[in-house]
Parts: sequence; structure tokens; C-alpha cells
Amino acid sequence: MSEHAIPDHGRLIPRDRTVHPAPRDPEYKTSVTRSPNLPLLSMESSPSEETGPTFGHGLLGKLDNNLILNFSQGAAPALGERILMHGRVLDQDGRAVPNTLVEIWQANAGGRYRHKKDTYFAPLDPNFGGCGRTITDENGYYEFMTIRPGAYPWPNRGNDWRPMHIHASVFGHSFGQRLITQMYFEGDPLIDHCPIAATIKDRASLDRLVAPLDFSKSRPLDYLAYKFDIVLRGRRQTMFENKLEGM
Amino acid sequence: MVQKIDTLIESASQTAGPYVHIGLMPTYAGNGGSFETEVGTDPIAGKIEGEIIEIVGSVFDGTGWALRDVLIESWQCDANGLFPGQDGADPNFTGFCRFAADAETGEYTLRTVKPGSYTGRNGVESAPHISLWIVSRGINIGLNTRIYFSDCDNSGDPLLGRIEQRPRVDTLIARKTDDGRYRFDIRLQGEGETVFLDI
Ligand SMILES: [Fe+3]
Repeated sequence: MSEHAIPDHGRLIPRDRTVHPAPRDPEYKTSVTRSPNLPLLSMESSPSEETGPTFGHGLLGKLDNNLILNFSQGAAPALGERILMHGRVLDQDGRAVPNTLVEIWQANAGGRYRHKKDTYFAPLDPNFGGCGRTITDENGYYEFMTIRPGAYPWPNRGNDWRPMHIHASVFGHSFGQRLITQMYFEGDPLIDHCPIAATIKDRASLDRLVAPLDFSKSRPLDYLAYKFDIVLRGRRQTMFENKLEGM
Repeated sequence: MVQKIDTLIESASQTAGPYVHIGLMPTYAGNGGSFETEVGTDPIAGKIEGEIIEIVGSVFDGTGWALRDVLIESWQCDANGLFPGQDGADPNFTGFCRFAADAETGEYTLRTVKPGSYTGRNGVESAPHISLWIVSRGINIGLNTRIYFSDCDNSGDPLLGRIEQRPRVDTLIARKTDDGRYRFDIRLQGEGETVFLDI
């Protein structure tokens, strides 16, 4: 038993699960056998959820956030439409989440993943691995250079296709904030046909995963930008329970 | 009109999908070398205080099939009940591990240090436990649960104490199989369903 006090940054705000996907959704068949039947056990967060791993900027290689170049280690660029994915990681109070690890993965321009289980006809790009990572700066800002991923078919119902998307994993500052989501692209007609996007029943909540084209960050004659802000759970700070503390 | 509440709404979760390892465990996905150092490969970074243990298990779906594509993250305090970053915490323990089921057998192994107990708010002591976060294809929002230990005193633990159906407590307890070895199976659905947490 420890005598050292755990720094109290406040309890996590309980998750509003109505903005999240239904765990079981028959239109997404795999979820039917992989979703709990019984209610989750609720409890206010404890130090186990309020603390979490931290990663230093020293972890990163120079090309870790450049998926166009990182697989070939700068030798040859990946094929596809060049894009910048950028945005901020924020908490529910709108505060920046600085120094947090953001990891992404995606299919190549033809819609094929570099994974032994992916046997789609689209060819592998010898210069595209499909993973990247970065750590947010002091303002919670991150960016990735990559190529626009292709849409791809997947076995679910008879003729299901995934819209263009980039998978994103974010840590935040506590293990209870851990989140994996997907960025979709403004204007993609496949979003409205996708059973995985449709696991989110609240339309506004799905719309918040659709990144708008952002000309303010696009670079002439080089790349288009898409802005994708990610909001993590916040923490409750009250005058009565805890000393007010900055993050 | 009432005043406006201007807090933001959490971004919605989406499934990690079948290819989550490409992003989070590139070597496991067959893409080793993508990053110079991968995160979470080993929570033990040097000489460490406490007992090193191995926890082995599977994650079963509602039909009893062990998931081959599941990815798990663990987070815990050190042998003295201190979380990394806290004053006096073991400098060689990161507290964090990322591991996956074996693609052939569906069995995972977590090698870590046995956590100590800690005292939380209001002086309530938690029994030693490891927090888990489970993601895969078909899991639309990551599942949180905890591993407790069959050879520890779990009687006063505040979380276990909240489980109304007492037999379900057993779903969170790793069974000791040998010195330093434990078995912890996770059942996503149906008979013996693991207690998952909303915390
Ligand atoms: Fe995908």
C-alpha cells in the first residue's frame, strides 16, 4: 500500500454512450457475437482510469507522420492523391490535449491494406505501409501527410463497401479517455451506405467524424487538406471535491 | 431560452477493424521496421521491483470461439501501488502493455509485474488489479475490464463490491496456475460473460 498521494486531476466525465455506436448492430454482422449482452458496470472513475501512459516526442522518427515517405524511408513516394490530415485533440471543455500520441492506419490509394489477411484485387503499393503516428504539440495540434485511401469492398451483407476512411487511435492523458475512431471524407457518397458508419445512430455524431476539405491548409500545386478535430472525454473539476488544477 | 451549455461532445468511437495491427502493432502485422520503436511492447524496461508474472488467456465471442484478431492494452501501477509519473514510482516500469491474441491459437500472453494495491479517494483501498482495454473487428467501442488475482485479498475492493450478482465477480479474477502464472479468459457474451466497465 502506498503512502504517496496520487495527484487528483478530477474524475472523468461519464461517457455519453448515446453518441457512440450501438455495441450490437445486426447490420454489422461481426458485432452480433462480439458485443456484451449484459449492462456495463458503472462506477465513478478511479486512479486506474484517471492516470495513463505518456509518450515523449523522442519516440518519434522524422518520417513517422509522413505516410507518403515513411515506408520507403524517404526513397520513393507512395502513389495516390496527396493529402494533409490535420486537426486538434481537445477535451470536452474545449481545452487542448497536448503531448498525446495519435496513431493512424489506412488502405492504400487502391483500397488495399498491407496485411496478410487482406486479399482484395487492388495491388499493394511497394512504397506504402499505411501507418503513421505523431504526438500533439502544446496546443493539441497534429498533422499527417498521406494519400487519400481508396474505398474497398468487405464481406458483410451482399455488396458492402467502406467509404474512404483513416483509422485513428488517441490516448489523451488518462486510460479512461482511450479512443479509436475513423475519419471520413466530406462528400463521400459511400458514407450513407456503410453499416459501420451506421453503427452510430446519432447523425450529428457521425457528421462530426466527417472531415471537411480545408483550403486554408491546402498547399497550391501540392496537396489538399482535410481537418479532423478529435474530442476526448473531459474531467470534472469542482470547487468542492478537488483543488482546481490546470491540466 | 435557457443559457447555453458550451461543452463539446466526445468524438464517436468506431471499430478498430481487422487491420488494427497495421497501425498499433506493425511488427505483428508483418510490417516490422515501420517505426524505430513500437510502443507498449514491454512494460518492463529494466531491473524492476516486485514479482514478474505471466497472464495467459483468450477472448471468446458469443459462440465460444477464441478471437484471433483481438488487440488488448493494459495499464496498471507498479509493485508498490504507484502509477508511472507518480513520486517514487519504479523508473523501469512503464505500466503500459499492448498485446494481441496469437493468430493461430487465439491465446494471448501478458508479461508484467504483479501490481500492488493503492489507496484512492476517501482512503478506500483497491485490491491489486490491471486495467484492460479490448478492441477488434466487431467491437464498436473498446471494452474496459480489470484483472484481479485469485491469490490476493479482494474482499474490500470498491469495484468488485459493486457487482450485485456475486458469481460474476469470478469473471474478473485471474486464476493462479503455477508460480508467477495465471489464467484469465475473457467472454464477450453469453454464459460466463465478463463484467465490462463503464468508468
Ligand atoms: Fe479500414
